[in-house]
Amino acid sequence: MRKDIIKFKNPPSIVSYASVVGNKEHEGPFGDKYDLYDESDSFGMPTWEQSEGEMQRQALNLAMKKAKLKPENIDAIFAGDLINQCTSSSYGLLDFDIPYFGLYGACSTCAESLLLSAMAVSEGSFENCAAVTSSHNCSAERQFRFPLEYGSQRPPTAQWTATASGAFIVSSKGKGPYIVEAMGGMSTDMGIKDANNMGAAMAPAAISTLSRYFIKTNTKPTDYDKIITGDLGFEGYGIVMDIMEKQGYDMRPVYTDCGLVIYDREAQDMHSGGSGCGCSAALMAANFLDEIKKGILKDILFIGTGALLSQMSVQQGLSIPGVAHLLRIKGEL
Amino acid sequence: MNKKEYKKYAEKRAKKSPVFINCIKAFFTGGIICSFGQLLKNIFEGFGISQESVKMLVPVSLIFIAIILSGFGIFDKIAKHAGAGTLVPITGFANAVVSPALDTKNEGWVLGVGAKIFTISGPVILYGMLSGAVYGVIYWITQKA
Repeated sequence: MRKDIIKFKNPPSIVSYASVVGNKEHEGPFGDKYDLYDESDSFGMPTWEQSEGEMQRQALNLAMKKAKLKPENIDAIFAGDLINQCTSSSYGLLDFDIPYFGLYGACSTCAESLLLSAMAVSEGSFENCAAVTSSHNCSAERQFRFPLEYGSQRPPTAQWTATASGAFIVSSKGKGPYIVEAMGGMSTDMGIKDANNMGAAMAPAAISTLSRYFIKTNTKPTDYDKIITGDLGFEGYGIVMDIMEKQGYDMRPVYTDCGLVIYDREAQDMHSGGSGCGCSAALMAANFLDEIKKGILKDILFIGTGALLSQMSVQQGLSIPGVAHLLRIKGEL
Repeated sequence: MNKKEYKKYAEKRAKKSPVFINCIKAFFTGGIICSFGQLLKNIFEGFGISQESVKMLVPVSLIFIAIILSGFGIFDKIAKHAGAGTLVPITGFANAVVSPALDTKNEGWVLGVGAKIFTISGPVILYGMLSGAVYGVIYWITQKA
């Protein structure tokens, strides 16, 4: 039988984390909580892809500094972004001289990189791992949709790729927050073809992972202080809430979504909210992990959600599969 | 819930674009652009420029303005509200050509700008010419008969 849930015998600790964001994110509700931001979104680089890489570099640098670790103390980097062949991660993290693993899980990459780091550290293969992810509105828009200056109208279900990056140091030693359990998600395709409604495309994956987890652990949503999904936005958030309720799980009291809250959707005209792997990474680093450290939250589920589409799959008329990886993070063991 | 049911469910609950308001906005912005074109025509004619030249000058001026606005990042902010109002007149075509050009300049003059400048407007040019050719054949046949 497949081992669905990984229960870490030696729960690894997220010893430090850092977030770097762009201007719109800084203007959003969590504006003051991010470590660094650049008003121009360019981070002093000539192309958007390099700007995104620079965000990852700054985020990892800062996370290492906070943990008082040097590159030679980090055994491996697990990193990813949305750009073809993980260009931003590969180039942005080039100068660190740390063994590097590039990941693509679309917007679930933050959870994926944390999950893999936690596995490697808990197994004892590595002592310290870095999980780094980013997305940049301009590089993603250019690759997946239209040129930046192209004048088009976005439907209400569209989401805005966040210009954001988050870096986490996962260590075998440390005082938490601890990653105590993890569960890999299965790709789930429910036939949604509309690339302007990614929330609906990814929600079934989140629902599949969540209900699988609740059944296997025999728990219910209210057993946790908070359940945080990555970037389902207003649309996907509503679908998860609705369908989970039909399955007998009341998510209402504890459920939130990073895409839903990263922007002030009305004032910033963000339609269905934020998306991108930087969205959940930056919010976890800037807000939720801090809340665990302060004791406001004690036991949370974080579900990174990704839409596994490419420009080619959309043009060939294929539907959009989603994937959702789950992490259970606790303040104390 | 199977795939079909889910698709229906997702489509049903998704908030629709405000078509009616969008149409009104498009009507007025499109109208303003066309009236502006008419104004330009009158001004040019006022200078005593020949009819033939005015026919060229008006679209060239509108294209020029749309390109400048695209370059300054203003066009997409207007188009966001105007929709078809800016898309349908020649301003939309100008933006569709210049925006990929701006976007791909980092990939070089040949493989970037040169290869990608018509990624959005290319289909319009291709099928526009194709339908022109088909119409030409029909015209030729009807003239012969």
